[in-house]
Amino acid sequence: MRLKNIILFSKLFSMSTTQELQAVATQVRRDIIRMVHGASSGHIGGSLSSADYLVALHFEMMDHTPEPFDMTGANQDVFILSNGHISPLYYSVLARSGYFPVKELATFRKIHSRLQGHPATMEKLPGIRIASGSLGQGLSVAIGVSRAKKLNNDDKLVYCLMGDGELDEGQPWEAIAYCGSKNVDNIIAAIDYNHKQIDGDTDDVMPLLDLRAKFEAFGWDVLECNGNDMAEVVSTLNKAKELTGKEKPVMLLLHTEMGMGVDFMMHTHKWHGIPPNDEQTAKALAQLEETLGDY
Amino acid sequence: MKYEVLNYNDTRSGFGEGLFELGRENKNVVALCADLIGSLKMNAFVEAFPERFFQVGIAEANMIGMAAGLATGGKIPFTGTFANFSTSRVYDQIRQAVAYSGKNVKICASHAGITLGEDGATHQVLEDFAMMKALPGMTIINPCDFNQTKKATKAIADFDGPVYLRFGRPKVATFIPEDMPFEIGKAIVLKEGTDVTIIATGHLVWEALLAADILEEKGVNAEVVNIHTIKPLDEEAVLKSAKKTGCVVTAEEHNIMGGLGESISGLLSRAMPTPVEMVAVNDSFGQSGTPDQLMELYGLKDKNIVEAAEKVMSRK
Repeated sequence: MRLKNIILFSKLFSMSTTQELQAVATQVRRDIIRMVHGASSGHIGGSLSSADYLVALHFEMMDHTPEPFDMTGANQDVFILSNGHISPLYYSVLARSGYFPVKELATFRKIHSRLQGHPATMEKLPGIRIASGSLGQGLSVAIGVSRAKKLNNDDKLVYCLMGDGELDEGQPWEAIAYCGSKNVDNIIAAIDYNHKQIDGDTDDVMPLLDLRAKFEAFGWDVLECNGNDMAEVVSTLNKAKELTGKEKPVMLLLHTEMGMGVDFMMHTHKWHGIPPNDEQTAKALAQLEETLGDY
Repeated sequence: MKYEVLNYNDTRSGFGEGLFELGRENKNVVALCADLIGSLKMNAFVEAFPERFFQVGIAEANMIGMAAGLATGGKIPFTGTFANFSTSRVYDQIRQAVAYSGKNVKICASHAGITLGEDGATHQVLEDFAMMKALPGMTIINPCDFNQTKKATKAIADFDGPVYLRFGRPKVATFIPEDMPFEIGKAIVLKEGTDVTIIATGHLVWEALLAADILEEKGVNAEVVNIHTIKPLDEEAVLKSAKKTGCVVTAEEHNIMGGLGESISGLLSRAMPTPVEMVAVNDSFGQSGTPDQLMELYGLKDKNIVEAAEKVMSRK
């Protein structure tokens, strides 16, 4: 399992947990740039903004068994990705946490790959439990998994990540209503609140108004944090975990920056879905240390 | 006619009874409903197994997603709402979270077709076969009476994969004997004949048997084949019967576009060119009226099947 690499790495450099996780996140960001460059397509912006959260979940918070992969996720914490276009991030995190060989990241978006443009189950890539890409569906799926866990007396949690842009859809609000109204208390959902979507700022395309008030009105406990500060992400997730099991769903608003980690990709929506050229790739990678070894 | 009317009952009640029995027999069976428990006849299941029932409100998209999640967690979810809201309302959710994701979800759709009646065209889906047929890996079942619907409901729980089960609202003749076997994907030859094959599904199966009686009086020996599984199509049964009679009439409560008739003629044109006539709704929306009035108006009665049979025989 790849976790061994990280343990070895931390021993060598005697790092704190936060530093270890940051190191993983930096490598994951390198993977994202290299994958999208290699495929000449893919979504960098949101992948970079959610990287710290997904790394914190998979390397610190979740109790999960990458190998052998169990589709049902019985007696494990389960993560459901709703905004499937951040697949480069998801694949990197899954590979680096031991679900499949890291070298397979090189096949991203290429013909006959298990790493489809958007996550899919058909190619049986370990770690993927549901296809996503058409937006707004993930929280509903997460509720279903959480209900199966309740029926099975399985006290593990279900995590779900959504983009802020996909809250323009109607279905998330059906799911948000269900969780609040039906006391779904074994889900921790999160919004990657980077305020950017394809056509521009969310405030220009479709203002989200007071998201916190909206979720609270739907019956959720809401926590907020800097979603690109690893220590804050971990401590907020720990608080979120303490709030589960109390007959209310828990929402994290992750205040993030699209393109985080690469200076020229930040503070703009234009890196949502375009690949960097060779020069831009070199420039980006120069800002991201190779901490765990490139694939 | 060798089939007698055992009673008049709605196919949705066959679903309700089947679901209730499944609840007793299989603890992994769960049910979801979008505010139509009574219409779907799910009351018995809801009362007996409240912990395994999920009332989602009028939120069909969320229901399909939840069902996909429950299936991921190892459950066998049955979703219940009207056929229109089970398909066109949630096509993308079914496409991505159920069909493409290969989830073991049973989409149970009542009030299909024009026999929904007075509510009119907003609720009368006539395109559901077309939509569901186009999804890779989707199994589509359209039983013809109470007994067959109950058997189909129970059969799909033992089948691993996404299923669209379509049934209806009105009380219609129950004529399939309780002991008649039901196998997903296997057509049933209800009446053997030599002159013309009538391939019928759903509420049109009874009309096909009535049509065969009328044809008999006219000296025509019709074969009646019940296709309950629209997809995957029992190609062997269709080819066998078409080879014997040399001409085919299809009959369904669906738009002529994208329905069973197109599946049959597609198969025959590829494998064994054979004249085909289709009894179906001729590319139109429905309207308000009683089920009988609408069947008459849209040409889905026994007499329409007789006319089609005479026409197709003349093309042999």
